[in-house]
Amino acid sequence: MPALGADMTEGTVLEWLVKAGDTVRKGDIVAVVDTDKAAIEVECFTSGTVSAVLVPVGSRVPVGTPLAVLAAGPGMTEVGPTQDERGPAPETVPHVEPGPPAEVRLATPPTRKFAAESGVDLTTVHGSGRDGRVTHADVARAIAARTSLPAGRVRISPYARKLATELGVAVSSLSPTQARRAIHARDVRAAAQRRAERAPVRHSQDAEAMRRAIGALMARAKREIPHYYLSTTIDLHTAVEWLREHNLHVPIPERLLPAALLLKATALAARRAPQLNGHWVDDSFRPADSVHLGTAVALRGGGLLTPVILDAADRSASELMAELRAAVTRARTGALRSTDLTAGTITVTNLGDNGVESVHGVIYPPQVALVGFGAITSRPWAVDGLLGVRPLVTATLSADHRASDGATGARFLSRIAALLQQPEEL
Amino acid sequence: MTTYREALRAGLRDALEHDERTFLMGEDVGRYGGCFAVSLGLLEEFGPDRVRDTPLSESAFVGAGIGAALGGMRPIVEIMTVNFSLLALDQILNNAATLLHMSGGQLNVPLVIRMTTGAGRQLAAQHSHSLEGWYAHIPGLRIVAPATMEDARGMLWTAVQDPDPVLLFEHGTLYNVSGELAPDAGAVDIDHAVIRRPGTDVTLIAYGGTLRTALDAAGELADSGVDAEVLDLRTLRPLDEPAILDSIARTHRLVVVDEGWRSGSLSAEIAARVAEKALYELDAPIERVCTAEVPIPYAQQLEHAALPQQADVVAAARRAVG
Amino acid sequence: MSRRQAAQNARAKHRTELLRQMIRIRRFEERCVELYSAARIRGFMHLYIGEEAVAAGILQAVGAGDAVVSTYREHGHALARGLPMDAVLAEMYGRTTGCSRGRGGSMHLFDASRRFYGGNAIVGGGLPVAVGLALADAMRGRPQVTVCLFGDGAVAEGEFHECLNLAALWRLPVLFCCENNLYAMGTRLDRAQAEVDLAVRAASYGMQARAVDGMDVLAVAEAADQAVEKIRTEPRPQFLELRTYRFRAHSMYDPDRYRDKSEIERWKEADPIPRLKHRMTEDGELTGRRAAAIEADVDREINAAIEAAEAGPLEPVEDLTRFVYSERP
Repeated sequence: MPALGADMTEGTVLEWLVKAGDTVRKGDIVAVVDTDKAAIEVECFTSGTVSAVLVPVGSRVPVGTPLAVLAAGPGMTEVGPTQDERGPAPETVPHVEPGPPAEVRLATPPTRKFAAESGVDLTTVHGSGRDGRVTHADVARAIAARTSLPAGRVRISPYARKLATELGVAVSSLSPTQARRAIHARDVRAAAQRRAERAPVRHSQDAEAMRRAIGALMARAKREIPHYYLSTTIDLHTAVEWLREHNLHVPIPERLLPAALLLKATALAARRAPQLNGHWVDDSFRPADSVHLGTAVALRGGGLLTPVILDAADRSASELMAELRAAVTRARTGALRSTDLTAGTITVTNLGDNGVESVHGVIYPPQVALVGFGAITSRPWAVDGLLGVRPLVTATLSADHRASDGATGARFLSRIAALLQQPEEL
Repeated sequence: MTTYREALRAGLRDALEHDERTFLMGEDVGRYGGCFAVSLGLLEEFGPDRVRDTPLSESAFVGAGIGAALGGMRPIVEIMTVNFSLLALDQILNNAATLLHMSGGQLNVPLVIRMTTGAGRQLAAQHSHSLEGWYAHIPGLRIVAPATMEDARGMLWTAVQDPDPVLLFEHGTLYNVSGELAPDAGAVDIDHAVIRRPGTDVTLIAYGGTLRTALDAAGELADSGVDAEVLDLRTLRPLDEPAILDSIARTHRLVVVDEGWRSGSLSAEIAARVAEKALYELDAPIERVCTAEVPIPYAQQLEHAALPQQADVVAAARRAVG
Repeated sequence: MSRRQAAQNARAKHRTELLRQMIRIRRFEERCVELYSAARIRGFMHLYIGEEAVAAGILQAVGAGDAVVSTYREHGHALARGLPMDAVLAEMYGRTTGCSRGRGGSMHLFDASRRFYGGNAIVGGGLPVAVGLALADAMRGRPQVTVCLFGDGAVAEGEFHECLNLAALWRLPVLFCCENNLYAMGTRLDRAQAEVDLAVRAASYGMQARAVDGMDVLAVAEAADQAVEKIRTEPRPQFLELRTYRFRAHSMYDPDRYRDKSEIERWKEADPIPRLKHRMTEDGELTGRRAAAIEADVDREINAAIEAAEAGPLEPVEDLTRFVYSERP
């Protein structure tokens, strides 16, 4: 089928002016083709004998499909130019709908049409009909599920939403300046301001209020975040030995606790795992530029706060030790800074002091990962095929499956373990 | 003190003096002195070869400008008003804008086309178009709109040196405006937008004839404690997108003032780009102040109502600031 | 060798060159039809078959420094202007090696180095550009001529009248060549134009204008030589109406609803190639062997061009937005 115009992709043979056995000469009109725009005569570019007509009258075939085979005539050596361009076979029979493959849902043609017009993928729709057939009602339900908005959607400007995230102000806690208006940046700033004014008296808040706040946040985390959990046991022999050696040579206030190494290793590993370090905002993950490590601190009167160590990956173990002490002090005295509330990009919880072996924590929204460390305890451990007693710690990761997968989490935990084998590098 | 008209003329004289390849042609640019008297006196100064009166044949003389540019000249073509440019649209769009691409980079067209645009002078429907946004739709063209004395004086020379076609839109209400122009004012860049008034609360984007409206509105807003930033686009294609986005990142609110009709306009393009690239900076819906979607009527009160006015800009900014 | 013999030899050489050029264009386009049918060439493709005498006769009259502005039916113009056949065919294949780097196709062949200002797909759109090229030459005091080719359809466009007027008014060195093939696509001249003598209309703008048998390459060449000579001695536009005919459809294929097959056959009797061959044979300037040698040469050139086009690289898609604005250092 020759291309007979710029917009032609297929054509219908209207008439054959030659038949098998006929001799044709270059330039002869051999057929008439309907291009939708007009009936066009098809000329032949070589001389020879028609040995077969491949496309019968009435058939519609794509451009490039051989129409007939020419045998080179006496003294002729060429054959038709399209002969070696094997196009698809001509469609001469009425189109028959093939049976559905196994994964395709059964549905009647009107239902199929309804789904197609509504942009519903049938394979995603539960079929409630006979033999799992997808019914019209099933498609309607799928459409309804798709279009219903989450209840209580807040009218807030995009910039105000961004600002709320940055300042750690829960959007649900905001209200517009005037009723029936959207929440703007000024409302967010005002809320942050009110909170800052309240902050110094946070420690005197009654435990019940804090309990409620933690409850709301953790409930939201459990409701919204699809957690996955990983754990690994890490041999801290080298690290503990290094600490002992280090602490011999420094004044008492500068002595390090194992926690400093655990934080440093976590921060370094987080920097190389961007999918675990950042925030989930507006249905998408925004990786953070730096690692701001939240550290869970249990309060003496009950409750929990997570002050933040900024740029933890860039600090030495000694600096981290000092920062950790300062953070605990801030939490316990109620002198938290605004960054303590919002800046954290990943959180570490260390319940080792309480003697538990491992902790499978709840992620602190909008963060996407939480690392837990249990107590460091001496236990039998095989090293190079020999059983010995080693200081071991169980590290766990709770991570948001929307932002990362298990393999990422596994690499992250392995990296923490590896880093802890070279404490001098920390 | 100098007028916008005199500043433009100084720019033309500059080009004719400093580059012998330049010449000015158009309807009544010579003997008459230019429909808006921009080229008054240039015929006497440079002679009829370089200040050429043409017949009323927009397509022919704009196309001749293209051909002369291909032939090594640096023509400056004046089309009396933007409405007449429609008679040369074939040459502008099918030749000037496309030859470079269509020839695989062989044929650039260093042509400058000047024309008057805009309404506000009770000239009725066929002499009041603002079609610069339309032209800004076309890849291959560079569209500039001088709004100040400096730009009227300095954009032309930069445009003449550009290797590609530049369309320069002069708003008809500006010719008589006067202002200070430094004696040593010279060429200016035609790549960047400029902040004409810094502010923190809302960005007013304007260009050409609407810049004055925006600045006056900003003044009025300041009296009521709203600190508006005014950004003069200067170049409508290619748009200085970073300048727009930077301003939005500071003010978080946007009012676009455009004398073009709203539908499919330059203001629509700016709003779309801000929505695409700075949505999370926006603290209020984007506001647009455009010309009403009617052919511009003659009667003064009707024309006034059709065009973007200071009060409209102030009201839009107040809505944005909330 | 006597002076007369030398003149005869020169004439034979000249005619052979015209014949070779026409055969080149004819055979090239015949192969283009095959390549189009095989979908190697796409888009619109307007064939010149039947009109070769115009390109060959007109463009032999101008030199390398002169300018040529053409139309969308310009394969013949491009080849006669000296664009390499490789570059022309590669363009129709959309290759980087094409004379417009694959961005133009059949309708937009350009070659700045040969002052070939190309194919314009807007009927009449090239005329203003030609006027401007001539204006630049005139203003810079260069003795060059701009040849502006267009069809009878352009005569109905406003740009035609604006440009003839402007060129005459400013005494610009333009040779306006109207290839009157009687049809503006499917509309016959007398169905579109109140005055069908196009030379008369051009003359009304105050320029010399004449009609020439566009199927006779010798007549075309002579008229073009005279017109160019005149423009060079006294810069003023000249107008030639070349009365010709296209044997094939407007664009590749059309159902020819608008004209009678017998009309095509009648015009084919005036085919410029056999006509010149016959004349040269009678004048003892062409033998069968010489004609076959020309055909063989042309065939080789075409085969080489096809091979080069098939092998030509494609412009990388990453370069899509190049050449919208000039590239600056």
